Amino acid sequence: MQKNLLSKTALIFGVLIVFLGGIFGIPKSLTKDGLKQAVADRIHLGLDLKGGTHLILQVMVNDAVNAQSDHAIELLKDELSKAKVAYADISKPDEKNQPERIVVKGVALDGGTQLRNIVTDHLPEFDVTGGTDNSWVLLMKATVLSSLKVRTVEQSIEAIRTRVDSLGVSEPVIQQNGLGENQILVQLPGVDDPGRVKTLLSSTARLELREALDRGTPYPTERAALEQHGGLLPPSTVLIHGKSRRGEADAVYIVSRTSVASGTDIRGADAGNKSDTNEPIVNFYLTAAAGKKFALFTGAHSKDSANPSNLAIVLDNNVITAPSINSQISDSGIIEGGFDEQHAKDLAMLLRSGALPASLHYLTESTVGPSLGADSINAGIKAATVGMLAVLIFMLVYYRGAGINANIALVLNLIILLGFMGFFSAVLTLPGIAGVILTVGMGVDSNVLIFERIREELRNGKAAAAAVDQGFNRAWTTILDTHVTTIVSALILFLVGTGPVSGFGLTLIFGLLANLFTAVFVSRVIFDAVLSRKGRGEALSI
Amino acid sequence: MEFFRNTNIDFLGRKWYFLTFSLIFSVAGIFSMLFWHGIPLGVEFRGGTRVYVKFTQTPNNDEIRALLLRAGLRTAGVQRYDKPEYNEVEIVLDQKETSEQDLDAGKKQIINALETNPVAGKDDLNNNDKIGFSAVRSALALRNPMPGAAPEEYDRIARQVLDFRDKQRGGVLKSIDELQGTVTPPVIDALKQSFYTSNFGGLSAQIVGPQVGAQLKQQATLAVGFSLLAMLVYLWFRFELIYGVAAVVAVFHDTLITIGAFSLTNQEITLTVIAAILTLVGYSMNDTIVVFDRIRENVKLMRRESLAEIVNRSINQTLSRTILTSGLTFLTVLSLFLFGGEVLHGFSFALVVGIVIGTYSSIAVAAPMLVAWQEWRSVRAGRGTVPLPAQAGKSKVRAKV
Repeated sequence: MQKNLLSKTALIFGVLIVFLGGIFGIPKSLTKDGLKQAVADRIHLGLDLKGGTHLILQVMVNDAVNAQSDHAIELLKDELSKAKVAYADISKPDEKNQPERIVVKGVALDGGTQLRNIVTDHLPEFDVTGGTDNSWVLLMKATVLSSLKVRTVEQSIEAIRTRVDSLGVSEPVIQQNGLGENQILVQLPGVDDPGRVKTLLSSTARLELREALDRGTPYPTERAALEQHGGLLPPSTVLIHGKSRRGEADAVYIVSRTSVASGTDIRGADAGNKSDTNEPIVNFYLTAAAGKKFALFTGAHSKDSANPSNLAIVLDNNVITAPSINSQISDSGIIEGGFDEQHAKDLAMLLRSGALPASLHYLTESTVGPSLGADSINAGIKAATVGMLAVLIFMLVYYRGAGINANIALVLNLIILLGFMGFFSAVLTLPGIAGVILTVGMGVDSNVLIFERIREELRNGKAAAAAVDQGFNRAWTTILDTHVTTIVSALILFLVGTGPVSGFGLTLIFGLLANLFTAVFVSRVIFDAVLSRKGRGEALSI
Repeated sequence: MEFFRNTNIDFLGRKWYFLTFSLIFSVAGIFSMLFWHGIPLGVEFRGGTRVYVKFTQTPNNDEIRALLLRAGLRTAGVQRYDKPEYNEVEIVLDQKETSEQDLDAGKKQIINALETNPVAGKDDLNNNDKIGFSAVRSALALRNPMPGAAPEEYDRIARQVLDFRDKQRGGVLKSIDELQGTVTPPVIDALKQSFYTSNFGGLSAQIVGPQVGAQLKQQATLAVGFSLLAMLVYLWFRFELIYGVAAVVAVFHDTLITIGAFSLTNQEITLTVIAAILTLVGYSMNDTIVVFDRIRENVKLMRRESLAEIVNRSINQTLSRTILTSGLTFLTVLSLFLFGGEVLHGFSFALVVGIVIGTYSSIAVAAPMLVAWQEWRSVRAGRGTVPLPAQAGKSKVRAKV
């Protein structure tokens, strides 16, 4: 018996040391500040306490599918004309909801086989089926489509991560949100200008270098632009809005449909200043292959060439500038957009981090500003202290000697709970603090159940040792049942909830699990220790 | 010390009072949900924008409302947030102002509407949505108040300025001159060339698009539904089906009255309130299980007595622990309600109401339901046989005799 008690006590102290290690790790110094730092290193504060921004973004994956199918249409047109197959029209009937479906209408009767061959040879990612009225349907294969979507989300996460890293945010969380919903969760603790950061994250940053017709003339309206060409756009051109040369007003440019170089051709970018005016600018550098193409283009369209034209620098479908080309340029260029230093830096960063493969929409934003976080943590600590003290004092007054027992169990319960959180590097949120407070209240319940039962057995005339034994045995089933029900609902919270709520569920689960050990096992050992010192027939303080 | 020693209260004899009491509260809640305040869902469930703003002086809600109205924000709800001396205001916009294409349009509109005297060419240093470290840093670099200083020096000063704004002043400066003593006069002059201060700042925001709102609402409903179902299955397994049903009815009753309390007092049901309600679903079970365990035990000991007597006896025997356990948890929840701060207000309110009602219902709803069910069965079958868990032989774990 005595030996048994000793080994149980040793186990309890072992657990105590292990979980204290969970809270503090191995502190560098044992001063107050040293311990504080050690705790802060292991238990991290959530956004609601530290301040910061929590965002959920929707990746518009259909953008990437559209890009792929647009490419397929271009290729198909080329190949069909090479093979001299006549057709009436190639289009995507429902670009928004079914961007993976291409319909070729009015194919000549003998062209069907050739069309089929072209698709198998050049567009293996599509299935082709014949329809009525000589029309053919190209549908992207399901496996290709789903892997394209997955890749788009992955690339978006990568690009966002690069951008967040270059902003110098510490401990960011960037991950997929939910399952198969193409959403991204971004948590940025301690960000002090969320508005700017949000804009930077969701900028598609698709840079394109195109030809600006009419020597880059900015027209005030689309109509004015069309009138220059007798109401019709020149072939292979589009209208794109942008800023006029003076900077502010909206203007319309006529630019080529295809680009000379685009985002993926950029190998580097940095912010700088123009040598003569010191105006902030962005330098960009092209890859070798794109550089050759760019040199051909600038050579053919420079100011003194036979066919002079301007260069349109288009960012996210907006003309930033349309400068004239002084001479042939090979692999680098500058963007002068009337930027301030901040904008120039931000744009260079975006170009470096690469374009997003699809546009992003924000679904939720939750920002905790400087005033909210600090108040919350103080209030949480105050509530926890008051609640805990009230419970400790009550137990002491109501159960006297046994109250000390319960209070030791309760403190150990808290140490194990916080230690758990330290081991799992859990994040302490405000609801998490509430979970800790609730654990105090619920944890002591088990002791009340046991003590009340012991009192009842004592009233029925049992000796102290037998009463303790019966009390623990009888209360055990009840305690188990009550813990299971609460843990089940906390588990549902943990699984379904997001962010702070999920943290609350986790805290509650840890707390209740620890409670099974402290309130039942530890408490029992303390009783046994007390009883072993007492003589037979001596009363128990309960 | 001991409360409730050897009580002998005839709980079942008072069942009509209990029924009346429960009905009054449930029906009042349901009426409020249907005809009065509805179910006041927070922005996370209905979609919308909620912004917290801190002012330099005591804000006038009517003035703020007028400013927002002038900006076309008709449905904005404006109310004081937290303690009056914090000068904080909560502004809630309807879902209409929140679209998925431009999620924070509403927030920007609020900022613009409150910005009563903008200075051309300068930025508002208190606008923490836009002005952070990098903006202050680049303003300092531009004005260069300390010629010859290392670039890191401006990093350090920018950090100091923002720490003062955010940590010392809670996010809002009365004027740039407040920085005297933190940074040197030339730096203050440089900041004044780039910035001005408005009378508000320290923004926090919660913006939820309609799609996510609907998604969360569905998740919350499912979560509450599933946990009720899980309780039913667990008690069925541990006791008998009717025990599970009685316990779940009691917990449903608690949930209904708690949500009713939110509707009656017109407080918003936020995500954390749902967390509190789910916790209650689990916790309210505890008292019920304590009573049920005792009934199961007593059924074996008291073979001559009727079920009504057994139930009454069991409630009385466990009364002190029912009250004590709930009372102690209530104590901690009350401390959370009183001192836990504004953010947890709804959460702790739900727990305060729920724990009181949950304790009441395990005595007044769950246990009497067992008796009522038995009586109904015996009336229907002439002479009822009661499938008590001790005789049913279904439950695997039994209390030791």
